[in-house]
Amino acid sequence: MSLNQADLKKIAHLARINVSEEETKVLEEKLQGIMSLIDQMQNVDTDNVEPMSHAIEVSQPLREDIIKETDIRKDSLPLASEVQDSLFVVPQVIE
Amino acid sequence: MINNSINELHHGLLKKDFSSVELAEYFLSRIKKLNPSINAFITVDEEKSLGQAKLADEKISKGDLNPLTGIPIAQKDIFCAKGWKTTCGSLMLDNFISPYDAYVIEAFNKAGSVNLGKTNMDEFAMGSSNETSYYGPVKNPWNLDYVPGGSSGGSAAAVASRMAPIATGTDTGGSIRQPASLCGLTGLKPTYGLVSRFGMIAFASSLDQAGPMALTAEDCAHMLNVMAGYDERDSTCINRPKEDYLANLDHSIQGLKIGIPKEFFDEGLDANVQKLVEEALNEYKKLGAELVDISLPNTSLAIPVYYVIAPAEASSNLSRYDGVRYGYRAKEYKDLMDMYFKTREQGFGEEVKRRILIGTYVLSAGYYDAYYLKAQKIRKLISNDFKEAFTKCDVIMGPAAPSVAFKSGDKKEDPLAMYLQDIYTISTNLAGLPGMSLPVGQTQGLPVGLQIIGNYFKESQMLNMAHAYQQKTQWHKMMPEGV
Repeated sequence: MSLNQADLKKIAHLARINVSEEETKVLEEKLQGIMSLIDQMQNVDTDNVEPMSHAIEVSQPLREDIIKETDIRKDSLPLASEVQDSLFVVPQVIE
Repeated sequence: MINNSINELHHGLLKKDFSSVELAEYFLSRIKKLNPSINAFITVDEEKSLGQAKLADEKISKGDLNPLTGIPIAQKDIFCAKGWKTTCGSLMLDNFISPYDAYVIEAFNKAGSVNLGKTNMDEFAMGSSNETSYYGPVKNPWNLDYVPGGSSGGSAAAVASRMAPIATGTDTGGSIRQPASLCGLTGLKPTYGLVSRFGMIAFASSLDQAGPMALTAEDCAHMLNVMAGYDERDSTCINRPKEDYLANLDHSIQGLKIGIPKEFFDEGLDANVQKLVEEALNEYKKLGAELVDISLPNTSLAIPVYYVIAPAEASSNLSRYDGVRYGYRAKEYKDLMDMYFKTREQGFGEEVKRRILIGTYVLSAGYYDAYYLKAQKIRKLISNDFKEAFTKCDVIMGPAAPSVAFKSGDKKEDPLAMYLQDIYTISTNLAGLPGMSLPVGQTQGLPVGLQIIGNYFKESQMLNMAHAYQQKTQWHKMMPEGV
């Protein structure tokens, strides 16, 4: 399967990454190369193979839902670009 | 102090040959002298380091100590450390001062170790040459024109140049073992789930694992004693009894079976590297181990599978960088969407953007079965290969990397050539198995690493194997000129 310019525009949009017109051509070529590497998978017979989604087969551990974390608001909020009254500020989204 | 092991430094501290503050000052002065040419550290904070060293000296004087108390350590800049700038090698986190400690940082702090600084790395751990860092490339101390490997190249270069006695790394596809190989160090990627990933900035969560990088297997064992342990804040961390990784170091390796996968000695392997790896295997025969031929038939599929799974997980993990709560935000934008697009365009480097885009593509509607599901199925086949192999042998050995270090810039514009650097290391991440690299020779003045792959949670046996070799050879003691 090949990845064309239209695909690239679509995935760049989904990934919320701006890709300039000049970059598109170079990027398309490099991504094509990676996709052709990935396509080596397609010749492998995987009928009746269970997909492996975890490196180690373990079940999710459960624990009591108890609050242990301390309030790190004082240290965390200054990390944001814009804060007002303990809230993160973003450009206006509702008219 | 320059070539001292953790044991030797520990005894020096006990006998008051030097204090922890003096030890930290010594290594900080080496950083001051050598870092401008090697670029192994992104952040150094003498005041913080010396503060920790003072506390360590107080502990030592009270007799409240363990082998790591007062020992300086370099921390890969992927680990959140409270009050320290934690960048993951990216402009995206250039202004991020961590409000908390990662499990690994916490563990070394508890042990009383002294953080010397945060080491340079490929951006978000994506790379095998340390050339994708926003903070500039790291140089290989063995030859400054060559790359140190990656992504834990800053940690590798820091220890190889003796700017730090030990360092932490992380390994998603080879990021501890390949730089350890290229810089002549001993480095270990533990079994997935042995070390908590809490506070370790995520790249590909089903593959990422933290581990030690040091001069010797013995020092790695000391470090693993601190790093391994259950932590309920990482749901994939395995709850199992704590081991002492030093306990079996001196065991005899007589009769142990070493599996030699024929696929690791195929085309693509540099002839000089092959020769040195084979010499090391001969040394193991002399030590009483038995070599058996094995096959890992799906080895060549590890890279294609990895470049689906790792980017897919990365595209999801890195969606958190949106310019809202922390990290970089573009200076100018029209609206919220525009802010996201420009923030991510400017904040991420090229390789990171490539991988996010590939990951987005393979997960997008209509492609999931053909790529992600297919990759997960072949991942199972790769894992089955190892299961089968371990019925015939105790450990598996082969090269850690297909070549010695390459020249800076040589593969920078060719992602596919770069990806092949991890051909022998990636499959163990996919299977969740532990792997390590130790130095077994040099060619053209550059180190060569032997890889040891163990069965699940057999770190102790792997360290025993590596230690046995290091008792008979001197490669781990070699030091680059000019440092």
